[in-house]
Amino acid sequence: MSMQDTLDTASRKLLERAAPGRVDFENLVVVPLFAVVAALILGALTMLATSVEPATIGRSYLALLQGSVGSLAAISETLTAAAPLILAGLGLALGFRAGLFNIGAEGQILMGGMAAVICGFSFSHLPFAVLMPLCVISGGAAGAFYASIAGWLRAATGAHEVITTIMLNMISYRLVDYMLRLPWVQRPGRADPISQSVPPNAELPALLQWLDPNLRLHAGIFLTLLAVVVVYWLLFRTKLGFEFRASGASPEAARYAGMRASLIIVLAMATAGMLAGLAGANQVLGVLGRASPGFSAGIGFDAIAVALLGRSHPVGVLFAGLLFGALEAGGRQMQVDAGVSIDLIGIIQALIIVFIAAPLLVRALFPWGFRRPDSGDGRS
Amino acid sequence: MTLAVDRPDPAAPVVDKAEKRRAQITGGVLVALAAFIVLVFGDASGDATFRLSRARDVWVIGDLVVPALPVIYVAAALTAFLGALLFLRGGGRWTTLSLGAGLALAVIAFLLWATAGNAFSLTGMLQATVVRAMPIALGALAAVFCERVAVVNIAIEGMLLAGAFTGALMGSLIGGWGGLLSAVVVGGIFGFILAALVVTYRMDQIIAGVVINLFVLGLTSYVSSQVFAEMRHLNNAPVFRAVKLPLLGDIPVIGPMLFHQNIFVYGALVMVAVSTYYLFHTRSGLRARAVGEHPRAADTLGIDVYWTRYLHVTLGGMIAGFGGAWFTLGSVGRFDENMTGGRGFIALAAMIFGRWHPVGALLAALVFGFSDSLQQKLALLQTPIPSEFLAMAPYVATIIVVAGLIGRARAPAADGKPYIKD
Repeated sequence: MSMQDTLDTASRKLLERAAPGRVDFENLVVVPLFAVVAALILGALTMLATSVEPATIGRSYLALLQGSVGSLAAISETLTAAAPLILAGLGLALGFRAGLFNIGAEGQILMGGMAAVICGFSFSHLPFAVLMPLCVISGGAAGAFYASIAGWLRAATGAHEVITTIMLNMISYRLVDYMLRLPWVQRPGRADPISQSVPPNAELPALLQWLDPNLRLHAGIFLTLLAVVVVYWLLFRTKLGFEFRASGASPEAARYAGMRASLIIVLAMATAGMLAGLAGANQVLGVLGRASPGFSAGIGFDAIAVALLGRSHPVGVLFAGLLFGALEAGGRQMQVDAGVSIDLIGIIQALIIVFIAAPLLVRALFPWGFRRPDSGDGRS
Repeated sequence: MTLAVDRPDPAAPVVDKAEKRRAQITGGVLVALAAFIVLVFGDASGDATFRLSRARDVWVIGDLVVPALPVIYVAAALTAFLGALLFLRGGGRWTTLSLGAGLALAVIAFLLWATAGNAFSLTGMLQATVVRAMPIALGALAAVFCERVAVVNIAIEGMLLAGAFTGALMGSLIGGWGGLLSAVVVGGIFGFILAALVVTYRMDQIIAGVVINLFVLGLTSYVSSQVFAEMRHLNNAPVFRAVKLPLLGDIPVIGPMLFHQNIFVYGALVMVAVSTYYLFHTRSGLRARAVGEHPRAADTLGIDVYWTRYLHVTLGGMIAGFGGAWFTLGSVGRFDENMTGGRGFIALAAMIFGRWHPVGALLAALVFGFSDSLQQKLALLQTPIPSEFLAMAPYVATIIVVAGLIGRARAPAADGKPYIKD
């Protein structure tokens, strides 16, 4: 390395120290922004390739925008769709921080939702102030229990959680199908697998129905925001959170520091499962009002993307969840207005994550958006 | 991130204790299994008849008639014995073997109980086993190729789905063989993309895999609802029929199982044989494994680590693409949204179960295929167990097996880690 290079590197480091904002800004704002734009462009190309008219493409993106943030109803839909994604995403993010790759949010959501529904119609005589929290808690508890199976297996036998949580997902689908046909769960007079309805005094109350009865936004959004704060506090302000992060960053070091690895694994999985279970309870108590086969509707898998996109940080997860909620709500509008299948949203979501998770790729695609990594000319 | 825990070090007493504990847990599970067999299957009565030949076979052999209840009790006793032995003085390599034997005995007991007083075509079920195992075996083989060069491939599911989709689309346009070839090519392209993301762009391997899965699911679902819904002729591919090999196909039981199948079964069997030879008996195979175990050392010896990873992950993608075509060209000829239904993940489990070895992966896949076809056939026998629980059985078995086995299975040492050249 020549003298000049050394000087350049040194001066750049000094500049970075003087203005730390620039790198953070690029990583937190510019990269996601470019990722979304690149994903939308590639989405448009996909539509072109499947012989969708250019005019329709324009209309569909307009509908995407309108359906996500264009009106009060759109914002209500966006928040409604975002809440379970954020809740489950927080759980997965917490798991990632603790070094656990939990793919089982889907199953945990199903178990949490089932518990909340069953609790709701079984104790329908209780007053709202008791029953609603009870249902929410039982949803969280069921999710925590289901996830801690995988945690315990990992801790006791070393079975990898990727495999066990996938298997637990598969099991949960069948378990829900089975439970929905049990005589005391199935809705009377129905032959198809569908549960009894959640009584009104167990529902998460709708917030905006005094404006318009079609607005679905419900109190689950407060639960979600509370969860963001609590997870942030847990991860970054408590000893347990430190232990989660330490054993995720370096299991060896954590063990030498005297942390009980097995206990931490089980606790981290249980907390992650609790959050996913809350997402399930949020769905059945706030949106669906009942349980039917596969009511988790892939939220558990989208939540993986949300957690990755949010870089496993509670605030990041919040924004990633809002983005995915907006895409979801806008996608439905797009399907109605422009006749473009909502499955396009899946493609766009995947592309966004690629570009976020591989910053090198975004920098290669949009070199002008970034300070060139090796130029010490101080353009920042 | 790797798909297995760290290599157990025999010198460390901690691991010895863990090994012992695992043996004790497994022993407990086996004893519980024996109790389960007696309690649930203990009410069988009559003989169970297993048909071994079919009406038009050249050589007909008689039915296998078994008195159900006594054999069930023998199976339970054997399982309990194995469990007790393992619990008291377990450890070492007997853990895995005993667990496998115990599960096999439980399956036999279950079959006898379900068939008692009835007749059941064993040959038909075994044939279906092989057919259903193939996508899992091919997916697992693809995963073996990737993980042997230290690339964790969660994207098998997406690659299978891409193969299925391409098979249906191109098969409808240019015929079965063209469809099959295109599926292989598209699988290879996704393998190449995965390699590019994780080798060149050093993206986290699990994230890259998840992303490919999401992308393929989105793209195929989008096209199938946007295009196939209106133009059905694009989703109507010819199906490869079963071909009976002369003479071999007439052997009772084994003939229909192995030698009266379609191109996918023959292809998978050949590929497993070839890749075993390649990975363990050729110079390039040795180099590939070196890249998976110790990339720095391999690099020092002049092996191009990046090129080796690109090559093998792409090859793995091609195998997965071939396996994916099974879903459309090998069975129904029509693509449905998300038709792979998680089999790519089961393939991943099969790879671990099969200890990162092609033959092991095939055998593990056969276990999954067996439970899959068992569940299908048993629906006909009308057992009192709800069908949902039968459908769960393979997944529960996977959990038990992975939990009981993982300590002994060892992943390639560098699995999941990116390699940064100096």
